[in-house]
Amino acid sequence: MTASVPTAGTRRRLSHQSRGAVVARYAILIAAAAYFVGPILWLVAAASKTSAAVVSTPAWSLQGFQLLTNLHDLVTYDGGIYLRWALNSVGYAVLGALVGTLVAGMGGYYISLFRFRGRDALFAIVLGGVLVPTTALALPLFLLFAQVNLTDTFWAVFLPSVINPFAFFLSRVAADASVPIEVVESARVDGAGETRIFFSIASRLMLPGLVTVFLTQFVGIWNNFLLPVVMLNDDATYPLTLGLYTWNAQIPQAPALQSLVLIGSVVSIAPLAVAFLALQRFWRNGLNAGAVKA
Amino acid sequence: MTATSATTVTSAGRGERATARRLGRGRLRTRALFLGPFYVGFALFFVLPIGYAIVQSLFVVERTGGVFGTVSTRFAGLAQYARVLTDPDFLQGLGRVAGFALIQVPTMTAAAVVIGLLLASTAPRAAAVIRSIVFLPYAVPTVIAGIMWASLYQPSTSPLDQVGITIPWLSGQLILVSIANIGLWAWTGFNVLIVVSALTSVPTEVIEAARLDGASEMRIAVGLKLPLILPTVVMSTLFALIGCLQLFSEPVILRTVSTAISSTYTPNMLALSAAAGNAYGRAAAISVVLALITFVMSLGLLRLVRRAGR
Repeated sequence: MTASVPTAGTRRRLSHQSRGAVVARYAILIAAAAYFVGPILWLVAAASKTSAAVVSTPAWSLQGFQLLTNLHDLVTYDGGIYLRWALNSVGYAVLGALVGTLVAGMGGYYISLFRFRGRDALFAIVLGGVLVPTTALALPLFLLFAQVNLTDTFWAVFLPSVINPFAFFLSRVAADASVPIEVVESARVDGAGETRIFFSIASRLMLPGLVTVFLTQFVGIWNNFLLPVVMLNDDATYPLTLGLYTWNAQIPQAPALQSLVLIGSVVSIAPLAVAFLALQRFWRNGLNAGAVKA
Repeated sequence: MTATSATTVTSAGRGERATARRLGRGRLRTRALFLGPFYVGFALFFVLPIGYAIVQSLFVVERTGGVFGTVSTRFAGLAQYARVLTDPDFLQGLGRVAGFALIQVPTMTAAAVVIGLLLASTAPRAAAVIRSIVFLPYAVPTVIAGIMWASLYQPSTSPLDQVGITIPWLSGQLILVSIANIGLWAWTGFNVLIVVSALTSVPTEVIEAARLDGASEMRIAVGLKLPLILPTVVMSTLFALIGCLQLFSEPVILRTVSTAISSTYTPNMLALSAAAGNAYGRAAAISVVLALITFVMSLGLLRLVRRAGR
């Protein structure tokens, strides 16, 4: 716990290092940071300029700066289709991850706290599911959805995204670690029903774990490209990733799309980057949970 | 008296049994409520498609009598698999994926370990800032990362070209490196986080003791911390290698700017292009083979980890 506070001890040990070692360490770390943040800075700079300026001026030049014009073009192009894609992405990823977390959370909690015949087998099946790559499921899912005429709809991407075996596994680990059976039993003695116990007691105890489950699913769905590519044809149902991909592929025929792709990319990552940095600790929690169990 | 008491007993017994039955029914209802949604979904969107793919892969579609002939579906057993496993496109795709993995994964692991260890001996506030920057690309969807790097690779928009350095990123010789670089950029931050969280489990007393003995930070990092985090690093490296089999988004996006990438560049792209040509049996067989390789390798790896842990 004290490790995060720069105590006198920390300072002493840092001064203990030779100056050369400190310089080398910072040189490597700053070079690494430049590699990771550089392309994003370039993207932001390029996205706020005219297409001509992107090609003809260096990245750090402010010539041809027209961020607001580019933003306006982005949200009005093709009847505002970009906003539609943004809304779809939020629907697929936020709603999908919420429902997915609820479903996985309830299941993981039950498997963790209840003893019944076939419990281990049920859990083992899900563990097997973790090892199946979702990319292998995309094509057969398309054929199945085609038989019930559901391809090219919101549900075609939403429904398969909700079910995530890894989320189920993480939920079980979270319940194992944070819900003591005594708490559940005393709530039962007090006359609370199982549903009530889950929603008003257990889910709160599991909350940090459930946040990790939500984030894991959110990122998975937000990033998913193969499933939307396979399932969707009508651009009104596209998520942002697929929409920007199709624009990008059209650039050779329609060069004007270049600047829309750039500004569209920036707008699509900005909110996520902020959320990610704010929620970093939950990622580490999830990693630790995975490490303990595996 | 005896009779009455006997009936009391039996009625009490019956009452208990009724309660038990009621309880049992309640328990079943609870079980259905808690487990039902996930397992119904799992059956529909995991088990069913796998089963469907396996069935599909056992049939071939045949056209008899030329282009205008009749189309029929025939059971072909494992013929589809024999074709996939000897298909040069599939084998070349596997080769490219292996090449990608051998470039991307070791580089990423080395970078993550070096950055993680350096961060551990950096002042906490500076370390937090750098860690966040390194993690940032993880928030960028692969498609967006691909689009961004595609612009950076293209001579017309590349900032390197603007200062007179021309590297043919999109040529046949370098394309695999360029694809691997996108993966390196996107995934290193996540692996740094794995290293950092593994390092938190290294006991501080041991490190303090080594420090008191006058060991340098370098010596402590390589001789003490590295061996302790090695099992975690090895495991995440092996899983990353297996994950490379699924390579899809990066080459698909670079394909829009490079002629060095064919529509069958990776096994996943091959499956998709087979499906696009209505060869569903072949596409299904490719998917099943990929899933099987992944499943078996991951399972073997987990077994190995468990045995090593014992």
